[in-house]
Amino acid sequence: MAKTTRYQNRIELLQGTLDLLILQTLRWGPQHGYGVAQAIRANSSEVLQVDTGSLYPALHRLERRGWIAASWKVSDNKQRTRVYRLTAPGRRQLQSERSKWAQLVEAMGAVLSGTKRSDA
Amino acid sequence: MTSWRNRDKDIDDELRGHLDMAARDRMERGEPRTDAEAAARREFGNVLTIQEVTRETWGWMWIERLGQDLRYATRLLRRNPGFTLVAVLSLALGIGANTAIFQVIDAIRLRTLPVANPGELAEVRLVDPDGMRGNFASWHSTLTTAIWEQIRLRQQGFSGVFATGAESFNLATGGEARRAQGLWVSGEYFRILGVQPAAGRVLSDADDRRGCAAQVVLSYPFWQRAYGGDRSVVGRTLTIEAKPVEIIGVAQAGFFGLEVGRSFDIALPICSEPVIRGGAGRLDSGTDWWLMVMGRVKPGWSVASATASLNTLSPALFNATLPANYPAVSVQRYRDFKLAAYEAGSGISLVREQYESPLWYLLGTAALVLMIACANLANLLLARASARQREFAVRLGLGASRGRIIRQLLTESLLLAGAGAVAGALLAITLSGTLLSFIKAADQSVVLDLAVDWRVLGFTALLAVLTCVLFGLAPALKATRGGTDNVIKGSGRGMTSDRERVGLRRALVVGQVALSLVLLVGALLFVRSLRNLLTIDPGFRAAGVVVAAIDMRQLGVPVEGRRAARLEMIDRIRALPGLESVAHADVVPLSGSSWGNDVWVEKDSSKRGVGAVFNRASRGYFNTLGIPIVAGRDFDPGLDTPATPLVAIVNEAFARTLLSGSAPVGAHFTVEATPSSPERTYQVVGLVKDAKYESLREDVAPGVFLADSQETRPGQRAQLLVRSSLPPDTVTAQITRSLAELNPHIGVTYTVMTTQIADTLVRERLMATLSGFFGGLAAALTLVGLYGVIAYTVARRTNEIGIRMALGAGRGAVLSMILREAGLLVSIGIAAGLALALAGGSAASTLLFGLKPDDPLTLACAAALLAAVALAASYLPARAASKIEPIVALRIE
Repeated sequence: MAKTTRYQNRIELLQGTLDLLILQTLRWGPQHGYGVAQAIRANSSEVLQVDTGSLYPALHRLERRGWIAASWKVSDNKQRTRVYRLTAPGRRQLQSERSKWAQLVEAMGAVLSGTKRSDA
Repeated sequence: MTSWRNRDKDIDDELRGHLDMAARDRMERGEPRTDAEAAARREFGNVLTIQEVTRETWGWMWIERLGQDLRYATRLLRRNPGFTLVAVLSLALGIGANTAIFQVIDAIRLRTLPVANPGELAEVRLVDPDGMRGNFASWHSTLTTAIWEQIRLRQQGFSGVFATGAESFNLATGGEARRAQGLWVSGEYFRILGVQPAAGRVLSDADDRRGCAAQVVLSYPFWQRAYGGDRSVVGRTLTIEAKPVEIIGVAQAGFFGLEVGRSFDIALPICSEPVIRGGAGRLDSGTDWWLMVMGRVKPGWSVASATASLNTLSPALFNATLPANYPAVSVQRYRDFKLAAYEAGSGISLVREQYESPLWYLLGTAALVLMIACANLANLLLARASARQREFAVRLGLGASRGRIIRQLLTESLLLAGAGAVAGALLAITLSGTLLSFIKAADQSVVLDLAVDWRVLGFTALLAVLTCVLFGLAPALKATRGGTDNVIKGSGRGMTSDRERVGLRRALVVGQVALSLVLLVGALLFVRSLRNLLTIDPGFRAAGVVVAAIDMRQLGVPVEGRRAARLEMIDRIRALPGLESVAHADVVPLSGSSWGNDVWVEKDSSKRGVGAVFNRASRGYFNTLGIPIVAGRDFDPGLDTPATPLVAIVNEAFARTLLSGSAPVGAHFTVEATPSSPERTYQVVGLVKDAKYESLREDVAPGVFLADSQETRPGQRAQLLVRSSLPPDTVTAQITRSLAELNPHIGVTYTVMTTQIADTLVRERLMATLSGFFGGLAAALTLVGLYGVIAYTVARRTNEIGIRMALGAGRGAVLSMILREAGLLVSIGIAAGLALALAGGSAASTLLFGLKPDDPLTLACAAALLAAVALAASYLPARAASKIEPIVALRIE
């Protein structure tokens, strides 16, 4: 069953990685909350499932820090949606978070793939 | 407010949009609308929680919560008007009493003088006044003109110094005196204090030169009172001590001088003292101590460094000013005088010296009353918390945090405390006025500004917060401690947390009883002290005596004619109908004035002096005051003249101390030299019974009476003591008329002796009245508290009592069981209270008279009184318990 498989494959997001994912997603253009969640899910091949209970507090937290900005847009079917876009400080933040993430991945990789030291 | 309301709506819209989009996506994939919407919602999670969490990222929740809590608390309090009324009223009384007392303390102690930079002001005075000889003009420490001028010349630590002295002036030209509070000021006074004129000009350095003409500056209130604020007074003439004096200006509004509690009316330059007083006055005598010296400490200097500098220049200064007529025995003391600087930013104050410690004591008392009131409120809130146990349990069960519920309960308490504080502050305005009128009863000239300043407001706010924590925190913690464990399990009767709460309530009652006992002990001590003072025998009969203070200075009688003039007046007054006796004395006992010198007995070669108090009196003085003459004779103007050997009458204390054993009459003793008279020897011609001289509290000192008929330089003032059974008003009217017929320029002021003596007890009366009031209030609050707890215990144990009675316990047994329980609480409280009263008693000991703080009778009375009150409070609920019908009681469960 697809649903079960997807659940098993889901990965708990590390603390702080959601912010990075949101910033990265908004790099491609303004997006509303639902769109951000969908994009993260689609781009991770359904592996990363964003909990709405974390998503919206995160969006508002980033907005409060000034890394993203929000505005109201009226969609094609006359619906008011809140659209977020990346700000200049947000772009800089994304750069630094990305490099930190790269370091983390490298470090994790080295630890996980490193040969076991011999006792001799 | 609008911004966060908008944001609420934004978040709402945003999340709704998310749900719509999710549902639409599913519908596009072919799911039916209802399934799609349900699935979207399921996937989304708890909308309300997410809303709340998102909102909290913005951090404005606390305002909203506070608003919610306040609304909820207001609703609850409005639903229980009885509880709210009792709570707010008892808090208002407690906070109001505390604030009122604090207001007066603030006015006399905490506030600085209303002049520019009061913190720079320091007073220069003698470190040790022992050795000062001559005439002293003030209750406050003073210096002579010569010392003041030398300080001005030599001092280094001050940017400027000035001198001032207070004196009461007569503005009337004859008949009954019209008194004005006067100030002698040096030329620098107004300049250094930075006081501006409200009209005309104030005195300047140039106005204070030897031989100056008299000029006067009016105080702003006096200008308003006497002249209606008329600007044309400048240049007009005011009659002071029958001398015409030019008014040069009015000092700025709000400036009352340097004495807190007293406002000056008129200020004159010190150089004009000879003009006003006539002849060789105090200005150049060298032994008249009448000026207070103050200055502004220089920038970079401190009071300590100014003192060090004054210390260094003291020897030269006192050598230079030693008066030629200074008594030989005291010359070395004079040369050794040391000057020091003392901080004076809050001025000087007689009211402060008299009332500060009683007021702090009363503030402590009022604080205890407030604590007792808080204990009552805590008890009431605990009872309410029990009733609301289910509500809290349900809310905790539904996920409310304990902190949230505590916060809400504290909001309720804070609302109560706030309402109590506001009502209390309003009450304080009336109460502090009453307190001031108490103080003014003895001295009408006391002027205090009871304006509410930041200190008073801060004090009230602090009380509100403290009381809130005192009565609100414990019940709030207790109410939420159980958590969800004992949720909805029923009324909670007999459960652990409930027993704990009863324990806390009992502890509160024990505390109340203990504090009440302390207050009752204090009240009884002060009431009994006052009674002791009121019933003490002063050694003379004051009832029926009127003192007429006569001022002959405007008559210009030469020295040699003064005794005759005085005798003429006494004779005229004695001839008036209804007057029993008339006598003259220099010092009226218990009037506040005194005269002391060292004496020694002739045969004592060591010449070791003993301090004695003096008076100069006429024949009939002892008769008028009802002081028995034990041996010898009264003065006799026929026998005792300036030409005959000097005679004296002494009291029994004198005979005991100086003439031990030998017959007093006929003995000789010597009086030390003073600046105005050489050493003289007197023969004792009479012995009288002891009588109080300066104060009702004193042990009678050796007393010497000199014959006024032997006085070589009689003054121009005389105090006549008139005994009559007529009402005082009739007596004074007669005397005024009679004196005016003799000469309209004779000035006269009257005092009723009993009133004057009663006025010396104002402080004691204040303490007795207020501590009595607080003691009663405490007992009443404790009665309410005890009643509440016992009634609650009985209600809680209805079931148990029912079982006991069903099993055969009699009504008497039930009654005594409940009373025993109450008695245990009260006994513990009384024991603790006695310990506290004994421990804290020493604080009050200086204010007591005729008994000690650990007076056993007082302690026993207070304990018995409180026990009676406690018995009354617990009897009603105990009787109710004994009336319980077993069947009804058992059905309750």
